[in-house]
Amino acid sequence: MTSSTLNTQLPAARPRDGVGWRWASRALAVMVLIPLAVIAGSWLVFDPQVWAHLGATLLPELIVNTLLLVFGVGIGSTLLGVSLAWLTSLCDFPGRRLLDWGLMLPFALPAYVLAFVFLGVFDFSGPVQGALREWLDLGPRWSIEIRNALGVIVVMTLVLYPYVYMLARVSFLGQGRATYEAARSLGRGPWSAFFHVSLPMARPGIIAGLSLALMEALADFGAVSVFNFDTFTTAIYKAWFGFFDLHSAAQLASILLTLVLVALVVERRFRDRARYAGQGRGSAQPRLPLSGGRALAASAYAWTVFFLAFALPVWQLLAWAWETREFLDRRYWDLLAHTFSLGSMSALLTVAGAFVLAFANRYYGDRFTRIGVRVGTLGYALPGSVLAVGVMLSLTWVDNRLADGLERLLGYDPGLFFAGTLFALLMAYFARFLAVAYGPVDSALECIRPSLREAARSLGAGHSEIVRKIYVPMLRPGLLTAGLLVLVDVMKEMPATLLLRPFGWDTLAVRIYELTSEGEWERAALPAVALVAVGLLPVILLVRKAAR
Amino acid sequence: MKHLLGFVLAVALAAPVMAWAEEVVVYSSRKEHLIKPLFERFTAQTGIEVRYLTDKAGPLIQRLAAEGRRTPADLLITVDAGNLWQAAQKGVLAKTESPLLNANVPPELRDPQGRWYGLSKRARTTVYSTERVQPSEITSYEALAEPQWRGRLCLRTSKKVYNQSLVATLIARHGQDKAEQVVRGWVDNLAVAPFSNDTKTMQGILAGQCDIGVVNTYYFGRLQKKDPGLKLALAWPNQGGSGVHINVSGAGITRHAKHPEAAKKLLEWLSSADAQGDFAGLNMEYPVNPQVEPSDLVQAWGDFQGDTLNVSEAGRLQADAIRLMDRAGYR
Repeated sequence: MTSSTLNTQLPAARPRDGVGWRWASRALAVMVLIPLAVIAGSWLVFDPQVWAHLGATLLPELIVNTLLLVFGVGIGSTLLGVSLAWLTSLCDFPGRRLLDWGLMLPFALPAYVLAFVFLGVFDFSGPVQGALREWLDLGPRWSIEIRNALGVIVVMTLVLYPYVYMLARVSFLGQGRATYEAARSLGRGPWSAFFHVSLPMARPGIIAGLSLALMEALADFGAVSVFNFDTFTTAIYKAWFGFFDLHSAAQLASILLTLVLVALVVERRFRDRARYAGQGRGSAQPRLPLSGGRALAASAYAWTVFFLAFALPVWQLLAWAWETREFLDRRYWDLLAHTFSLGSMSALLTVAGAFVLAFANRYYGDRFTRIGVRVGTLGYALPGSVLAVGVMLSLTWVDNRLADGLERLLGYDPGLFFAGTLFALLMAYFARFLAVAYGPVDSALECIRPSLREAARSLGAGHSEIVRKIYVPMLRPGLLTAGLLVLVDVMKEMPATLLLRPFGWDTLAVRIYELTSEGEWERAALPAVALVAVGLLPVILLVRKAAR
Repeated sequence: MKHLLGFVLAVALAAPVMAWAEEVVVYSSRKEHLIKPLFERFTAQTGIEVRYLTDKAGPLIQRLAAEGRRTPADLLITVDAGNLWQAAQKGVLAKTESPLLNANVPPELRDPQGRWYGLSKRARTTVYSTERVQPSEITSYEALAEPQWRGRLCLRTSKKVYNQSLVATLIARHGQDKAEQVVRGWVDNLAVAPFSNDTKTMQGILAGQCDIGVVNTYYFGRLQKKDPGLKLALAWPNQGGSGVHINVSGAGITRHAKHPEAAKKLLEWLSSADAQGDFAGLNMEYPVNPQVEPSDLVQAWGDFQGDTLNVSEAGRLQADAIRLMDRAGYR
């Protein structure tokens, strides 16, 4: 361990410090807590019918499938994300400059789109198996079944590894090569230096990325339904859309939430033993050049991932979009504008909220703040529709009470205030994506040495000055990553947008939904391509800013 | 501060006045591109503006229920009788009395209590490979459970409401036990695990993975439009018996509609001869209004005898159907 990793002592906070931070963070947590409480409130009514039915028929399979998915996607996205981040941030090989940001791009693709393209290309009726049957003379019924757990895991891993990749990359870049070289010079071999020094130091980032990937895998409905693969989330939807029993659906969802909460708390317990403050940006040292076979292997590996996760699906989407170009009309400008403005508004709000939460928790954290953070970052583990309905139910409840009061006062019905406004939609995005912003912000915060703040204070810097002049600049990569993740996630978001958008606020994701829900996947390629294109802009922006 | 107060007051006072402008607000789970052209024509003819919001049926019904008497929505349009039945069950739809609607929409395609009306018919029928199946081999949905189809059948997932409605009508006709036997037979005959949509089912048949499947006709129509030489054809099962399974897309006026008269006008117009051709035609479905002929492409698939069971039965028995399919291992 290098000396910089051993900053175990937190400066003692004075009790009056940070009252504002604490209260602000609680207020933010409440925004998320309300819809979650509505979901948890479903236990007030218990109808055993749906439960008994699920228990007798599907539950064992659902649990096995969900576990397979979580472990598979967890292992897959960690392997891909960490190895690729290491290669692109600390080594040099042919194509590295392009892949460095190219490997983030799959994140702009919604999971269900990749799932659909994958089945189209690799399933029995797709070109690959067809060609194999023909060339190898395998008979008309020969097939490889890909609509199974493995297929789902591969697709989800390819879409979700960028979370791990991006956050690990920020950590590795922050460490720089210096840390690794120090370990080498102390007699560690290359692998040992990686596993004992570089990896543990990047752990907060990796874990943050991994938990996002897993929460999204758990909450995913789109990709698993393309594969007709039953998970816990499909059971939630079955309870709601099949049995029209929102109570049972919400109960199932709250079980899912509890499990995620337990996992997060356990992870936290393990992590809290050590703190990992790095050297700041260790940019002085050049990258480790790979040569010969190693360079080739690294290059081939990274290009393969890029090809499967991005180039191939986008190529297919472009081909479909070209066939349906007649449907491209002027309304696409509106769709683009709505998509982008919703995304950027909530990126700003959510990142600001995450910063307040992370800062308050780290430096002024009392018990309530810690609980607030736990709660505040749970929204991502809920299937989107369930969270959206939680927001909708709580806001319409408030609305109706408010209108009741005003009606008595004014003598006529003033109508609903929040339902169907931007506020409702932004609140849902905030509740859902706070976790997404919190991860990168918090893991970036973790890498700043607390002594810096003390030093600034001893030099007479005021509170807001410290935040403005030290934290914000030092956190910039983390804040930018957080903003980018939220921006792209919001632009891809479907269920909350559908349920809560104001009249006329259709987005590209809404358009995709309209076409895919009636099975018109080829026509959906046009808005999907547009969505990927808007998603690329912020990625490129981020790369420009974060590149050295 | 004074200005702000004045502004708030002005808005508050103006709000009820603005609501008097002629408009209808629609919540729809029928897709935008299938309804927008009709709304535009309606506005051109009547001057009544139509504002709409699309989403899935489940969330829309929940939203209507949560908004209660203050909902802005006047009309709910959704697909599948199961969803319409649920909406009526949740109490978000109002009874509509209209001789015109009763004349335009046959009794089996509307709610017996008049809370919703079917607006387009969808036939869920069999599709087969013209290379490997003789049409005479196809007799009924029930017969797809026979051993002659072992390893030759492709189905879409049981999570799709269309299949739930189909099985619900089997329950209505034969009772739980017989229906479950049939569904178990289907599952035994499956060539591969169920697909996520009807188009995939047909692609499976085309590629030789299986020989026969069950789909809604308009999905077949879409494939046929792209490739007129398609080696697939539709066959009408249960002729001379119960008839081809029929479902509807439809609409009902909300219980707390702010513009019930305008909403009724829109609903009546959608069922009229003027609108029916487009309403069904845009999606290659069948008009509910008997005075209106289906489009040429749709007519070319031939005439058939449709099921005359009231479509609301599909809603009533939907939960039973799901449970039955889960028990039978139909995924």
